[in-house]
Amino acid sequence: MSAIKLTIDGQEIEVAPGTTILEAARQLGIDIPTFCYDPELPPNGACRICVVEVEKARALVASCVAPVGPDMVVHTESERVVNARKNNLSLMLANHPLDCITCEKTGECKLQDYCYRYGVASTEFKGEVKDLPYDDTNEFFLRDMNKCILCGICVGKCQQVVGAGAIDFTKRGFITNVGPGFEDAIEESTCVFCGMCIDNCPVGALIPKYVTGKGRPWQTESVPSVCPYCSLGCNINLHVKDNQVIGVSPVEESPVNRGHLCVQGKFGWDFVHSGDRVTTPLVKNDGVFIQVSWEEALDFIVDSIKDIQSRYGADALMGISSPKASNEENYLFQKLVRSLGTNNVDSYTKRCHASAVDGMMDAFGNAATTNSIDELAAVDAALVIGANPAESHPILDYRVREAAQKGAKLIVATPDLIELVDVSNYYLPLKQGTELALLNGLANVIIAEGLIDQDFINKRTEGFDQLKKAVDKYTPEYVAQITGLDEEEIRAAARAYGSAEKAAIVSDAGVDKQTGGSDFVKALANLALLTGNVGRESTGIYLPYGENNLQGSADMGTLPNNLTCYQHIKEKEVRDKFSKAWGVEISDNPGLTAEDVFESGINSSIKVMYIMGENPVACGGEKEKVTGFLEKLDFLVVQDMFMTETASLADVVLPAAAFAEKLGTYTNIERRVQLSQPAVEPPGEVFADWAVLVELAEWFGFDWDYTGPEEVFEEIASLTPEYSGISYQRLVEQGLQWPCPAEDHPGTKYLHEDSFNRGQGLFAPVEYDPETAAISEKDAAVCCAPGHHGCQCLSETLTRRSVIQAFKKSCCI
Amino acid sequence: MSNEAVAELNQDIDLDQVDSIIEPYLGKKEMVIPILQKVQDHFGYLPRPAMEHVARRMRIPLSRLYGVTTFYAQFKLKPRGRNIIRVCKGTACHIQGSPKISERIEQILDVESGETTDDLRFTLEEVACIGCCALAPVIMINDDPHGRLTPDKVKDILDIYE
Repeated sequence: MSAIKLTIDGQEIEVAPGTTILEAARQLGIDIPTFCYDPELPPNGACRICVVEVEKARALVASCVAPVGPDMVVHTESERVVNARKNNLSLMLANHPLDCITCEKTGECKLQDYCYRYGVASTEFKGEVKDLPYDDTNEFFLRDMNKCILCGICVGKCQQVVGAGAIDFTKRGFITNVGPGFEDAIEESTCVFCGMCIDNCPVGALIPKYVTGKGRPWQTESVPSVCPYCSLGCNINLHVKDNQVIGVSPVEESPVNRGHLCVQGKFGWDFVHSGDRVTTPLVKNDGVFIQVSWEEALDFIVDSIKDIQSRYGADALMGISSPKASNEENYLFQKLVRSLGTNNVDSYTKRCHASAVDGMMDAFGNAATTNSIDELAAVDAALVIGANPAESHPILDYRVREAAQKGAKLIVATPDLIELVDVSNYYLPLKQGTELALLNGLANVIIAEGLIDQDFINKRTEGFDQLKKAVDKYTPEYVAQITGLDEEEIRAAARAYGSAEKAAIVSDAGVDKQTGGSDFVKALANLALLTGNVGRESTGIYLPYGENNLQGSADMGTLPNNLTCYQHIKEKEVRDKFSKAWGVEISDNPGLTAEDVFESGINSSIKVMYIMGENPVACGGEKEKVTGFLEKLDFLVVQDMFMTETASLADVVLPAAAFAEKLGTYTNIERRVQLSQPAVEPPGEVFADWAVLVELAEWFGFDWDYTGPEEVFEEIASLTPEYSGISYQRLVEQGLQWPCPAEDHPGTKYLHEDSFNRGQGLFAPVEYDPETAAISEKDAAVCCAPGHHGCQCLSETLTRRSVIQAFKKSCCI
Repeated sequence: MSNEAVAELNQDIDLDQVDSIIEPYLGKKEMVIPILQKVQDHFGYLPRPAMEHVARRMRIPLSRLYGVTTFYAQFKLKPRGRNIIRVCKGTACHIQGSPKISERIEQILDVESGETTDDLRFTLEEVACIGCCALAPVIMINDDPHGRLTPDKVKDILDIYE
């Protein structure tokens, strides 16, 4: 259909048919006021503040719902319009407390702004006013429904975007209100405290408690940062006043989270100002930590490590890095450890995701989640299995939900009734630990019913015949027996996934313990390869991690056998390149993994350990083994924000800065490298990890001449093809997804478009093993993966020191 | 009726009954009003445990169900009495003294308009007009009109109903 031409306030514009007058006006930069309009919710035209005058129309029209018409002439600020808006505002003020002097919303309140704009100082309509009690029951925010103007945006966000469904309109007429069922307190509702109602409330009805009395919006500085919790890396703005973070808001234009957040991002940052922070270097003397100067601490560390390495060899040292530290810090950490002559460098939390990584590597040759987060919203079918995104990675839940609402077929295969079941088309409540059988069963049906993508299989894959043979016995009848599902349900789900043009699979990289490790991930890959659902937009496999920079820390070479971006230590060319750049000899002896050392007991050679930002004692179920090992060490250095269980075993503890106190980049699951700016100064004598590492390297005698993280990043880019086109200058604008091989390269939205990293995609026949299933059933209750329990994450080191600890709903640790 | 009394009644709600009402409608969220009507027909009101069960089985947030039930006047969240008293508040009745009739009923039953007696014997409601102004002031108890009332006649009339 051809474009529609109209005139708004004397300006001509052509827009697509179906565009609303409001959208057309916004394209022209004309600001029409709105209360109830939100671009991601269906317009309801309820508040009438957006009325405009259309020539020849009988009455004023609500521009948020009225579509444009040919040759329409629109006036957005005519006398009639202005009078109508004044009346509207006056009516709202008739039933709205005028306590703007103390109201936290002052300065960013739409009602206040519009009253100012139209000169409405008081109401001309005197009458009854609401007198509702505050809801002050929860730790996070205050609800004062006397200020609510019933725009309904919070209801839309809660019901549609988040799916929590905690609040809705109640009653009708004058006493209409917004709240939980049976007027329960928010605390007792299904609220997940994502804070999106707060972020979108146009008035002061919903106020986060952390901000009360701390500062006005115009007094605060907004600093772009990246959420420090899960691997989605939501973009946030930290609100800063007087060297204090006093609030957080989501970045509206972020391609990652589009203005959405969860409880962790919205409320979980307060650990930054926790009174528990370690603020000076500490050295243990007769079992008691005493404060020392940085010089003393560094001297002690360098002497001790040198002494031990001279006695036991370079490989007596091991470094454990953190998937919470920045890319630059992880890079410098492995550089320092390797410069000291050993490849013993790893991160312990990675082991929770090791099987997922192995499975993806085997199938595609790259362990990363294949597609971007936002592509999920546009799939035609989604299979959610072995995960509950609402708890572990809420933004993924929001995107799948959005796809389902747009008509995508949603298959949820989980033993528990997870939140996404609400919007699913096929719910397969399979027995715990039988996921592998179901996946083979789905493959069986897809092959049997001719739903495979033969062309894709021929051109892009290998091993199809073996897979076909292997899944032959997994008929729906057989799989139904194992899983406890209905045969027809299995067939219907297979058809939904197999016949979709664009289908994606959402699981969790922490699936290992529940479902039999890498075989499960291979079975996911089999489905994607069978149907050609990989290497295209809105397809692929999503395996999100628990930590914000797990992807980045692995990219940065904190792996015993890999340098940056999986350049293998065994290859001489790789070693030569790095040796030359660093001016040190890199050992060709692949180092030990953290799992080797902490769990398998292959650790007698390790005498000294340097742990940066990890808490292996509290992470996972091997507490005694890990403690025993650490206690036996000759020397242990821990660099951390807090006196963790691990730090308390150390000989030296070095304080570390929080994410909000330092500059650096982090890489999320969609391989997006994102820049996080420092918002506040660290307390006491605290420095960022990168600064400590640079200083320590100097003390070891290395000539590291970095002036800041940007120079470190330049070095990373120069040594890492996937990162080579990325620079801080570009990242200030927006994050970039690797591979980004050139300065003018826009980054890579999804992987495997033309070929897989391993060449052909590999079908890997995997068998369902009832014994594994039995173990997984037992283990399900002690799932180790951090971040999988709503707000409790990374051994609780952060959450224990945050208000989000109060949110126990989905936490099982 | 007090919230405590309602809560006590709600303890004995038979959810199997709710299940059999929901069964034909599973997966059809748009049928929520007929479901609620049938649940109300069965229990005489919408007990909270029944609403929670409907929410769970139909995968509809409780907040949304509550929104629906508080929007429509036909839905009752508290038990209703065996006998429904409707006091006419039309113009004719008002002039003829219906406020005094209401007052006397409230006094005898110790409830306010819209409430139910703890023994579930009566629910007292006000209606806009019964349509027999010639009998003003008039009340209806169940399907029986009682007209040309004076406050003193009220007690004997209430005594007829058990």
